[in-house]
Amino acid sequence: MSKLVVTSIGPASSVQDGGRPGSQRYGLTPSGAMDRLALAAANTLVGNELLAAAVEIGPFSAAFTARGSAVRVALAGAPRNADIGGRAVAFDTSATLAEGETLNLGFARGGSFSYLAIEGGIAGEPMFGSLAVNARAGLGSPYPRPLQSGDELKTQPASGAAERRIDLPAPADAPIRIVLGPQDDEFAEEGKKLFLESEWKISATSDRMGYRLEGPVIKHLDGHNIVSDGTVNGSIQVPGNGQPIVLMPDRGTSGGYPKIATVITADFGRFAQISAGRPFRFRAVTVTEAQAEARKFWELLRSLPDRLRGIEDFGLNIEALRDANVAGQAVSAVDAATWQVAVPAPG
Amino acid sequence: MRDESAYIMAETLSPPRLLPSGDSAITVEFSRTIDDAANRRVLALDRVISAEPIEGITETVPTYRSLLVHYDPVRIGFDALGEQLLARAAKALPTAVRTRRWRIPVAYGGEHGIDLEDVAKALNTTPDDIVGRHVAGDYRVAMIGFTPGWSYLSGLEEFLHMPRRQDPRLLTPAGTISIGGIQTGVQCLAGPSGWHLLGRTAVRTYQLHRDPTFLLEPGDAITFTAVDAKTFAEQDRAAEAGEFIAELVSS
Repeated sequence: MSKLVVTSIGPASSVQDGGRPGSQRYGLTPSGAMDRLALAAANTLVGNELLAAAVEIGPFSAAFTARGSAVRVALAGAPRNADIGGRAVAFDTSATLAEGETLNLGFARGGSFSYLAIEGGIAGEPMFGSLAVNARAGLGSPYPRPLQSGDELKTQPASGAAERRIDLPAPADAPIRIVLGPQDDEFAEEGKKLFLESEWKISATSDRMGYRLEGPVIKHLDGHNIVSDGTVNGSIQVPGNGQPIVLMPDRGTSGGYPKIATVITADFGRFAQISAGRPFRFRAVTVTEAQAEARKFWELLRSLPDRLRGIEDFGLNIEALRDANVAGQAVSAVDAATWQVAVPAPG
Repeated sequence: MRDESAYIMAETLSPPRLLPSGDSAITVEFSRTIDDAANRRVLALDRVISAEPIEGITETVPTYRSLLVHYDPVRIGFDALGEQLLARAAKALPTAVRTRRWRIPVAYGGEHGIDLEDVAKALNTTPDDIVGRHVAGDYRVAMIGFTPGWSYLSGLEEFLHMPRRQDPRLLTPAGTISIGGIQTGVQCLAGPSGWHLLGRTAVRTYQLHRDPTFLLEPGDAITFTAVDAKTFAEQDRAAEAGEFIAELVSS
């Protein structure tokens, strides 16, 4: 049996996929990947379904060892130093671990979550059609909890397919777009203005249920008005203390605080990747604009297989070069051997 | 049972507000506060949408005062969906539809309901009176939310309305039956709660490998019966093995 053994892992790391929508009327939250584009990119690199289960790795370092056979993997999302037995591995590319080799990952740089997809997927028992971990509801497979050292992810042996890279659009460094509502009328104009014009930071106490925002206090028109209605990924609730909370995929399906705005689908993954303490801003768009962006986002996801490239024809891979440099290796821009990703023979 | 709201004509009901919850969901809001009549309209619209589906809707989530409609913006836009929702809402009379009625056994007080004595003291009465009042109630599942199977019931008699606890408990047991504000509830999984704990039921409103996984539906009618701790323990073992324990008394 081929497997990837978790040799070491930090908190906030779990198996995630497209999630399990469809039972929110029973209080079951959908869960699923924080950054779907990164999940889909990693899966595409190894020929999996776009939203198949992969390992969502939190901000800390991690290591995985191939057992039973060679195992082919791909990395996308928040970049970090990565190597297989000392050979640097670039993000947005696939790579193969020979039997017994270990993939070492450093801390996330410029983001929070990285995705490790495994060729052939992760073997597990789907619950409501999903392997995604929702620890509170006891759901998720192969483990209904965040990953721990020693866990084993059963998979298929490496196919021996040529390694790939994927050509992703550069992430936008722009404000996070929101649609005002559904309860923006619970806030005075000054409160809305303050929300849209201030700089915000994500608190370190944030998790997969919600991101707490640090910034000015947003006052309600009527602080006692407690509502209870349905939530979505990206709902921005404002509790009594005036410090907004953005609801994430493990959110409660209903919430008791007025929601001033909602992060748009196209920007949700980018928002999820903002590191704690890094300042950012919001920008309001209309529902029509947000829906046009959502359609573009789903088109981009569907087009990912067309964005695969061979690894040998990529001229100068800036990402690999930077990763290799950060890894502290000697790199020469004119000597490809110092920065190209070596591909071991499968098996 | 005669349902007064069945006699309200559609024209007298104001149309709901359509509020965007981002680009892939609409909140269809019938009231701005927790309101029994609004909840009946929410459940009525939910039933009409289920009977006459709208292309592009992916799921609906009924709550006290609004119906959250999730949809795929690739298949339908906000305005087109909003128009169809308003047309469905105009048809959705909260008539007396046949509802399922469940009887749920509860072990009140003692280790299973650690707040029963305090609730009785706060309301200047006896624990027996609180239990008597709670089992006499005729409740309806107004919404299920927060965590899987957590069923919020409307119909709590006014005498039992109490503000929630100042400091919510971080962990309360699975199966907890509690009261908070103007509501009572059946909690399925262990978890945090700021409500007052009156007792526990062996009924699992959510159980993974059981068919159905979720026992209660929004709109179901509920009554409680008191059982002793020994019966609770027996029922708990049977429930663990997959039995419903809740008794379907009419449907």
